[in-house]
Amino acid sequence: MFSSKTIRSRHGLFLLQLAFTLIVCAFMVVPVLMSVTAGLTENYFVGLKSGLTTRWLLEVWDLYADSIWLSIYLALACLVCTLILGVPAAYGLLKCNRRWAAFVEEMLLMPVAVPGLATALALLLAYGGSQGFRTSWLFILVGHVLFTLPFMMRPVLSVMQAIDVVRLEEAASSLGAGQLKRFFTVVLPNCTGGILAGALMVITLSVGEFNITWMLHTPLTKTLPVGLADSYASMRLEVGSAYTLIFLMMIVPLMMIIQWVGHWATRRAERVGP
Amino acid sequence: MSQDVLATEGQPARRAVFHPVLKRFRRMASHWWLAPALGFFCAFWLLPFVQLIAIGAQPDNSSQTLGYWAVLTHSQYLWSLLSTVLLSLSVSLIAVAVAGVCGCFLARHRFFGKSAVLAMLTFPLAFPGVVVGFLVIMLGGRQGLSAQIGQVLSGEHWTFAYSLTGLFVGYLYFSIPRVIMTVMAAFEKLDPSLEEAARSLGASTWRVVRDVLIPGIRPALISTGAICFATSMGAFGTVFTLGTRINVVPIAIYGEFTNYANFAMAAALSVILGVVTWISLSLARRFAGDSVGGGA
Repeated sequence: MFSSKTIRSRHGLFLLQLAFTLIVCAFMVVPVLMSVTAGLTENYFVGLKSGLTTRWLLEVWDLYADSIWLSIYLALACLVCTLILGVPAAYGLLKCNRRWAAFVEEMLLMPVAVPGLATALALLLAYGGSQGFRTSWLFILVGHVLFTLPFMMRPVLSVMQAIDVVRLEEAASSLGAGQLKRFFTVVLPNCTGGILAGALMVITLSVGEFNITWMLHTPLTKTLPVGLADSYASMRLEVGSAYTLIFLMMIVPLMMIIQWVGHWATRRAERVGP
Repeated sequence: MSQDVLATEGQPARRAVFHPVLKRFRRMASHWWLAPALGFFCAFWLLPFVQLIAIGAQPDNSSQTLGYWAVLTHSQYLWSLLSTVLLSLSVSLIAVAVAGVCGCFLARHRFFGKSAVLAMLTFPLAFPGVVVGFLVIMLGGRQGLSAQIGQVLSGEHWTFAYSLTGLFVGYLYFSIPRVIMTVMAAFEKLDPSLEEAARSLGASTWRVVRDVLIPGIRPALISTGAICFATSMGAFGTVFTLGTRINVVPIAIYGEFTNYANFAMAAALSVILGVVTWISLSLARRFAGDSVGGGA
């Protein structure tokens, strides 16, 4: 039995914690809302009474449409590369012995563990001399693929482990299917959930990647975040805000789909798994 | 369980009569699936990074001593390293504490709008460092929230975005979302009856926190703290946007490389930074199992 005093003090604790959590929430959300309003206000210095406008959004589109498109193409190219490299790699990790698998995974994780600046510097010092490669968008693509590859491999590998692909494959192999055929007709169709989760993550990360890209970009290969940094440094607050708003409109839906896919996958795993 | 054991056990009997060399070859075949990813990694990360390590050992432009040695002997670089470590450490500690309180609260109570609160606390995870820097400017810049409040209250513009405080706020902004989900999951796994037992034995709230809750979720706290530390150490976009004069290591690297073309120094600092973040992330993974860090 609790005395009424403890109950009251616990109620007070609840309110205190709730207030604290809401303050932290405000810290996260208020600057975003301010930035969104600034991007839609005629003159932020005057305030909302100067009226709402889409002028800044259009101006951003005029100035930076190229960088936005480049980011989208880059993200899609990055997705294709991580699919080609990452999905077979996950399958390979599943099949080879554990020690070697742990070592390879640790290695492939290095570009994530080491700051993007260091990776970019290493790339620049090694390949900066080859002009054609240095100035093309492929140079940035290489950086993005290095950084996003583990995020494709991880979910695919964990799905393969969860649904016990090895056993499914044995069934297929006892029926006479060769290794390639097994990979494409048995392994791949059973990992779509992991591939989907990985793909969304890869796109989100590639669209938002700045640290590597800033070092690798040239004036002709500017991506969305590079353009953002550019607009923050040299444009008025409204333009920077409008550009941020465009970025948010791309990234927030992706995040929401990722969370939704995550929930869906865990629910499915709970139903199927042991 | 070892996949190898499963694979050989379940195979049809006729395979067992294969020559050992052939069997070995079959197992080798699994490595071919890894070849494209490993080839790409070696060509574009491993070799360049080995070269970076070698360049770091070359004589530095200004002092003509070896890069790594110059980092350790010049007060300017040493101070930059030290201040970055101190900043990252304090940000990680505070982020873990703040997110710990929120995570505990969210894990233990159900209320209307909880999922919305959780979404708000985690969606900044996808923001790159530059955007975080800009959001700090929205809060504490010349036209920011604090400047407006200061204008109303005292008639002067309060700005903090371009100082150490601004940097701290920015790092805290991208650190908190990295901690919350993990801490919440750890709290959900922790048996609430432990807490009840401690309370019924007369423990005060503070003692429950110190003796039951914190030890109960220690692995989660250490691993997320280490992730925050590594992210803060390597954060470049936030400082870059804020244009702070504080010479954190990523800015020092960028300056050495672009302003002075001092490749040896930039390489030495990058390698040292890389080693520090790698160690702290391996620590995080040892405690947590599967969180991949992620840059900001």
